[in-house]
Amino acid sequence: MNLTLTLFLIVVGITLVITGWAARRTRTTVQFWAAGRGIKGWQNGLAIAGDYMSAASFLGIAGLIAFNGYDGFMYSVGWLVAYLTVLFLIAEPMRNTGKFTLADVLSYRMSPIPVRSAAAFSTVAVSASYMMAQMIGAGSLIKILIPTLDASLKPWFNWTVFGTKLDPSITVVGVLMMIYVIAGGMVATTWVQIVKAVLLMGGAVLLSFLVLLHFGFNFGSFFDAISGVKDKATGLNFTQPGILYKYGQKQAFGVDLALLDNISLGMALILGTAGLPHILMRFFTVPDAKAARQSVVWAMGLIGSFYIMTTFLGFGAATLVGKAKICATVAPNCKTNSNLAAPRLAEFLGTQYFGGTGGEFLLAFIAAVAFATILAVVAGLTLAASGAFSHDFYVNVIRTHILHGHVSDQEQVLVARITAGLVGLLSIWLAARVGATANAAALVAGVAFVIASAANLPAILFTLFWKRFNTWGAVASLVGGTAVTIWLVAIGPGWTVPVNEHPAFPLQNVGIVSIPIGFVLAIIGTYLGELAGAGRLAEQKFHEIDVRAQTGLGAEPVPVAG
Amino acid sequence: METDRPLPAQPLDRGPGEVRVAGVTSEDTAYWEGLEHTDEFRQLIRARMRFVLPATAFFLVYYFLLPLANGLAPGFMRTDVIGHINIAYLFALSQFVVAWLLAWFYIRKANNVFDRLAAAVRERAGRGRRAAP
Repeated sequence: MNLTLTLFLIVVGITLVITGWAARRTRTTVQFWAAGRGIKGWQNGLAIAGDYMSAASFLGIAGLIAFNGYDGFMYSVGWLVAYLTVLFLIAEPMRNTGKFTLADVLSYRMSPIPVRSAAAFSTVAVSASYMMAQMIGAGSLIKILIPTLDASLKPWFNWTVFGTKLDPSITVVGVLMMIYVIAGGMVATTWVQIVKAVLLMGGAVLLSFLVLLHFGFNFGSFFDAISGVKDKATGLNFTQPGILYKYGQKQAFGVDLALLDNISLGMALILGTAGLPHILMRFFTVPDAKAARQSVVWAMGLIGSFYIMTTFLGFGAATLVGKAKICATVAPNCKTNSNLAAPRLAEFLGTQYFGGTGGEFLLAFIAAVAFATILAVVAGLTLAASGAFSHDFYVNVIRTHILHGHVSDQEQVLVARITAGLVGLLSIWLAARVGATANAAALVAGVAFVIASAANLPAILFTLFWKRFNTWGAVASLVGGTAVTIWLVAIGPGWTVPVNEHPAFPLQNVGIVSIPIGFVLAIIGTYLGELAGAGRLAEQKFHEIDVRAQTGLGAEPVPVAG
Repeated sequence: METDRPLPAQPLDRGPGEVRVAGVTSEDTAYWEGLEHTDEFRQLIRARMRFVLPATAFFLVYYFLLPLANGLAPGFMRTDVIGHINIAYLFALSQFVVAWLLAWFYIRKANNVFDRLAAAVRERAGRGRRAAP
C-alpha cells in the first residue's frame, strides 16, 4: 500500500478516536457549542492557531513565496498582526457577553429577530466561502498526492446530484468533517485542531531545520542563494518586493493599482480575522476573559513562528527545488501548482539527508499533515455555520420568537447535529460545483476575510463601543457589507476564466472599498433607525453591555461537571 | 467626587445570550447606568483606553507603512543591509517582533491593572445589591 495513503489513514484514525472519546462528553448545548467552557487558555491558543493555519496558509503561502519571492510573505505579516485587533478589542468582551455565537452578543442590545437572521446570513456567507476554498484545495491535493484513493473511489461516484457530478476526494473530506462535528461537537473539533496544530508546527520546524542545515545555518549564504533566483517578467530577484504586486504599471482612481491591491489585501487580513465566526466561537470555550486573553497570546506565538518559517519553506523551495521542478516527480502530467512547493521541498530534503525512502516518507508525512490541516479547519467552519443556522436562526428566531415555544436542551443539540449534517452535505455539493469552474478557489477564501471585516466587524465593534448603535445599523452592516463585497468581487477581475482585462471594478482585493462601505452603512442605518424610533431600547441596553463586556459581571458561567 | 452610595437593586440576574423579551424596565437601566457611573468603572475604562487606543493606532500605522513603503519607495526597500538581506525583509520581520511586543505589553497591563480594576467594579456591584432593600 502507498505510504502517503497509510499515513493519511493513520491521521484519520487518530482523529476518529478523539471524536469517539469526545462524543461521550457531548450531550448538552454548552458541551456541543462551547466544549463545556472547560478548554484551558493554552489549549484554546493551540486550537485557534489550528483553526487559522489552514492548508491555504501552509501550502498556499509557501507556494506563493516559492513562486513570487518576497511578496508572498505579505500575507504572513497581515495574518499575525490581525491578532492584535482580536486581542485589544474583541476577545475579552466576546467572552464576557456571548454565549455560543456572534449573534448572541449583537442581540444583547438589538431586536433579536432581524439581528439574529442577519448575523446568521453573514456567518453562513463567510463560513461557506472559506469552506469551499478549503474543500476545493483538499480535493485537488488528494488527487495529486494519493491518486490511488481518488481512483479507487471513482467507480462509486458515477452519479450526479442536481446536475453536478460529486468529487470523490471532496466527498471523503466532507464526510469526515461531518463525523467529527455531528458526533463530537466542539470538544472533538477543538482536540482535532490541537493535534493538527502540533503536527503542523512539527512539520514546519523539521523542514525549516533541514533547509537551514542545507545552508550550514548561514543566513548570509541562504539569502545569497535566494537573490540568485530571478523573476523572468520583472527581472527582480526573489528577496525583492514587486514580483507579485507589479508596482508602477497600471493605475486605478489615480493611484498605483498594485499598491492599492496590496493595501486592500492588508485591510481585509488585519480586520477580517476579528470578524471570522469560527475564530470568535473559540472564545466561548474558555472559562473566563483571562483565559480568552491568554489563548490569543498563545495563538500569536504559534502563528507568528509558523509564518516566519513559511519564508524558510518558500525560499527553500525556490532555491533548492525551483519553480520549474515543483511538480516534476510528484505526479505525472501535473500542471505547475504552487500548492505543491512544500511537499516537493519535503521530498527533496528527505532524499538529500535520508536517501530515496526518506524522501518518500517526508513527502508522505507533509501530505498527511496537510490533510489533517484541511480536515480540522473544515470541521471548525462547519461548527460555526451550523451554529448560526440552528442556535441563531432555528432556536432563537423561529422557535422562541415566532412560535413562542420553549426549546429543550436535547432538541437544541439534535437540531445542531442535523444542521451540521446539512451544512456538510451542502458544502460537498457546492465545492464539487464551484471547483469545476477553476480559478475561483483562491478568490473565495479572500472573500471570506473581506465579508468578515465589512459586515461582522462594524456590527461587533459598534455594539460593544457605540451607544447610539441600533438594530437598523446592525442589519445594514451585516447584510449590506456582505452584499457589497460579493457584488464588487463579482464585477472585479479574476472571477472569470480567462481573467477579464477591463473589469467594471479594477481591484481583485475589494476590501479598501467595501470595508469603509460596511462601516458607513452601519452609521447611516443607525441614524435612519433613530428616525424610525428604533434607537431607544438599544441605547438603554448599552449601559448593560458596556459594564458586562468590560468587567465580566454576570458572564456565562462554567457549568458544573456532571 | 462620588461617594460610595448604594446602587439601585439589580432586578433580575440573567445571563448573557439568554432569550429575553423585548423591552427593558427602568430599574434595569438605572442599575447598569448606575454601575457605569461609578468611579471604579470609570477608572477601568480610562486605564483600558489609555493603553488600547494608542496601541491600536500605532500598530495600524506601523503595519500599513510596510505595503506603502514597498509600493512608493521600492528602490529604497530593495537596498541590501547584511549580505542580500534587504530592508524590505527586515521591515517585514520587525512586524512580527512589534506584534509580539505589543501583545506582551497588553498582557502585562491586563494581568496587573485591568483585572484588578474590573474586580473592583464587580465588588462594587455586589455591595450595591446588598445595600438595596
